[in-house]
Amino acid sequence: MIRLDRMCVQTKGFVLKDVSFAVPSGSYSVLMGRTGAGKTTILECIIGLRRVSSGSIRIGTTDVTHLNPALRGIGYVPQDGALFSRMTVRDHLAFALLIRRASKTLIDDRVDELSALLGISHLLNRTPKGLSGGEAQRVALGRALSFHPDVLCLDEPLSALDAETREQMCELLDHVRRQTHVTTLHVTHNALEAERLADHLFRIEDSKVVQQTPSGAPGS
Amino acid sequence: MTGDSSGRRSSFPKDARSSPGATAGVGNVVLSNRVFYLCMAVLGGTYVVLIVAMLFADVWYVAEKTWGAASGSAEPWAAMWSDNPIAVALSDAKIRYSIWLSLVSCTLAAVLSVIVAVPIGYLMSRHRFPGRRLLDAVLDIPIVLPPLVVGLSLLILFQFRPFAWIAREVVYQIPAVILAQFSVACAFAVRTMKSTFDHIDPRCEQVAVALGSSRSQAFGWVVIPEAIPGIMTAFTLAWARSLGEFGPLLIFAGATRMKTEVLSTTVFLEMNVGNIEAAVAVSMIMVAAAVVVLIITRVCGARDAVL
Repeated sequence: MIRLDRMCVQTKGFVLKDVSFAVPSGSYSVLMGRTGAGKTTILECIIGLRRVSSGSIRIGTTDVTHLNPALRGIGYVPQDGALFSRMTVRDHLAFALLIRRASKTLIDDRVDELSALLGISHLLNRTPKGLSGGEAQRVALGRALSFHPDVLCLDEPLSALDAETREQMCELLDHVRRQTHVTTLHVTHNALEAERLADHLFRIEDSKVVQQTPSGAPGS
Repeated sequence: MTGDSSGRRSSFPKDARSSPGATAGVGNVVLSNRVFYLCMAVLGGTYVVLIVAMLFADVWYVAEKTWGAASGSAEPWAAMWSDNPIAVALSDAKIRYSIWLSLVSCTLAAVLSVIVAVPIGYLMSRHRFPGRRLLDAVLDIPIVLPPLVVGLSLLILFQFRPFAWIAREVVYQIPAVILAQFSVACAFAVRTMKSTFDHIDPRCEQVAVALGSSRSQAFGWVVIPEAIPGIMTAFTLAWARSLGEFGPLLIFAGATRMKTEVLSTTVFLEMNVGNIEAAVAVSMIMVAAAVVVLIITRVCGARDAVL
């Protein structure tokens, strides 16, 4: 569960006031809004990359408003993937577990499991250079899921992909959701994508977040 | 580059779309463009010719002397090998010492520069803090300050405590050579590192932090590996700057042979006693080092380095 309660945030470009919404545990929620409406800003606040001026953010039962991002346990997939150019795909999947000093066998098992889930087993020894957009996003998704996060935050994960790859990624996200039941917040400006994936749909309108009922969502 | 022949118009016809003479009055654009690029090429080319001619003159001078030594000797091939200005210079113990000291001091100065430049460059690139612009300007001081003033300032600094306590071991000694080289070279390393970190997407670090790493883990595992080409460039740049350092050295470290003499000092000392051959020979050694540095910098791939 992610709960934002009257969160205010000020950036150079704009101010978001009294943002309140809740993403129920295990659900796949999509936050929509026009470009520049503040979707990424809200996501960054949840992840802890941006300071909020007032209000609170809770993940599960913990108030994480002022908590260090490293301690929030959020899997983060940024817009362009932001893969580590000097690491192999295997290193990406192992990164969060190495940080947590997991044993080698545990890491190897998790890497195998994730690469099978995401269909990137054949890429494990490659570096991000030369990966296609879809492959890069799969690696970024795997990196975010590797440490069994409580919450997964996706920032426009499909925006740079062509239509065919986007459809494949949508199916993959659906599959991942069913396999892992991780609470997911997916940010996008694409209405089709939102309708396709969302259990719960939120929209930023006039600097407010309002909830909408998704029409064709699998969960509804 | 070219092909914008319809771009400029001296007079604009009222109904340009329908008029058959839509291009009338634009003048001879093709000729004008040719003259434009010709002027640009000639003006720019002058400088390139100057650079190449300077180096060529050095090489030619050494070649002429080598030829002179060979033709005046009974064994021309052996003479060409042993009596050319570079071989003569290398046979001099003082010059061999200065080469050795240059290599050691430049390497140490470059290592120190990188050690300091990485944190400064990182903090300047990633963080906005009060006085950042002022700090940025301060970091440029060694670049814009006249080199002699840098040397003099160092000399004066070592008259005050706590520096005065170690002045005897530093001033006019080898540490002064390294410190003088470091003072200027580091500013260039800082510029290179800042631009390197500016070009590394902060998003990668943010992801690493969100995945649970501390700042130092994110820095060591994610940022540093990406910055390695930039670090290499900073190192070679600092090294090259140190090799060419002269003014501050002369004032702060002196020009004592077999003690604080580096290659640039050698050129100066040999010129002073009228030994142009040795000065040119040592210069050629420095040119060779500079070319190696230039190649390394280019291969490492930092295109916008401030050399």
